[in-house]
Amino acid sequence: MGKRTIVPFGPQHPALPEPVHLDLELEDETVVRAVPSIGYVHRGLEKLTESYDYESMTYVMERVCGICSFGHGWGYTGAVEGLMGVNIPDRAEYLRIVFHELSRVHSHLLWLGLLADGLGFDSLFMHCWRIREKVLDVFEAVTGGRVILSYCKVGGVKKDLTPEMVQRIVSMCDDIEEDMRRTGYVFMKDSSVRNRLCGTGVLSKEDAVELCCVGPVARGSGVDNDVRSASKWYREVGFEPVLYDEGDCWSRCMVRVDEVVQSLNLVRTALRNLPDGDIAVPVKGPAPVGDFAFRVEQPRGEAFYYVQGNGTKNLGRARVRTPTNINIPAMVRTLQGCNLQDVSMLVITIDPCISCTER
Amino acid sequence: MSYAKRSPWLLHYDASSCNGCDIEVLACLTPVYDVERFGIINTGDPKQADILLITGAVNDQNKEVVKQLYEQMPEPKVVVAVGICACSGGIFRDCYNILGGVDTVIPVDVYVPGCAARPESIIDGVVKGLGVLEEKQRKMEAER
Ligand code: SF4
Repeated sequence: MGKRTIVPFGPQHPALPEPVHLDLELEDETVVRAVPSIGYVHRGLEKLTESYDYESMTYVMERVCGICSFGHGWGYTGAVEGLMGVNIPDRAEYLRIVFHELSRVHSHLLWLGLLADGLGFDSLFMHCWRIREKVLDVFEAVTGGRVILSYCKVGGVKKDLTPEMVQRIVSMCDDIEEDMRRTGYVFMKDSSVRNRLCGTGVLSKEDAVELCCVGPVARGSGVDNDVRSASKWYREVGFEPVLYDEGDCWSRCMVRVDEVVQSLNLVRTALRNLPDGDIAVPVKGPAPVGDFAFRVEQPRGEAFYYVQGNGTKNLGRARVRTPTNINIPAMVRTLQGCNLQDVSMLVITIDPCISCTER
Repeated sequence: MSYAKRSPWLLHYDASSCNGCDIEVLACLTPVYDVERFGIINTGDPKQADILLITGAVNDQNKEVVKQLYEQMPEPKVVVAVGICACSGGIFRDCYNILGGVDTVIPVDVYVPGCAARPESIIDGVVKGLGVLEEKQRKMEAER
């Protein structure tokens, strides 16, 4: 038995773009215990409901996290629409799916790049980010923003797609699919990637259920809890959850590789069947007394939005429960007994979004 | 600006940004924007860094971290605040846990506005920072 040492990991660490702090209790090279501490990014934005009315609060909610910003906008506006009893037009629902799935493509590519960076595979990192820029170009062309889109509003979406734009998005999807065939193959087959990921940080299906994992972490352990399966609109565009059974870092990675391709298909189907009609309905007046909850499958897993109306234009409460928050216990569980070298891999594969977690 | 005399190394720290500015900073390093052509490299070590790039506003928990990183960097050093959050607190300035922009704890040399700041303007900010860096270098040499 070696002596126990405590090694601090973070908050500023090359493997992480975001500040999170872990105290790793080591016995020789093996981690015996990991104690996470958070709070470096806490802003307290939920309290801003007091100074912003429910419409302008959308801009605040989009800035819960800049990577899945569209999804947060959708979750929040969806909850407010539910509270106000508004049904948005079909075309808006489809456009939201298109943009949400494109966000997933860019988020997963971003993550795959960070994973490659963590592996020390720099060219792969650069390729993933090169592909990702294509999505951002489309975002910029439609909404004017590259990462913060402000595309959702209470009652629908802000801008319609022209037929040329639809065409452009479809050909971009084809383009990315072609790129993914090559890049995805590297993640699937390359020996240096597999050596590092296969069999590392195994999370069994039972543990994943017990720890209430969400998103690709759960689906990499064979737990099907994708909330998109419950959506009528997603069923219409032919959604099927992606599942892997191994539960190791590699299967969590492959879930995301496959989801990129699947999202591209969903986008193309949605654009092919895009219903005609309005893109928004007007929503006016104060929010009624009551509450409403709404769920969105973010790239990192299920996010839960809760709003409470109090009869004024300002909401009484707006709350988000974000996926990383739920996945941290699973991360801590897999960190126990792992090798010190694998810590960065394990932290990366849950795709931590600290900004979401702490808001 | 003509030729840069040094290859400046960047240290990026995310204070309390929403990630929007963060990923744009990272996007600067990747093929489309590629700041490496100016000899700029992203490092994780404050002791090797010339330019500190901070995204996001400062809060009670991270103000010590920001100060520490700044103090660990060798002179001359330049601080670039990226995004409106880092400049003034931005949309979050009324939040109870936000103290304000980065300049509430350390001196800032270049402010890059935008929410999220675009890669083009981040690169512009860093290049401006290079000018400031040279200026500081010259002053240091004159004083010696
Ligand atoms: S300036 Fe905007 S994009 Fe940048 S960190 Fe702040 S809220 Fe996010």
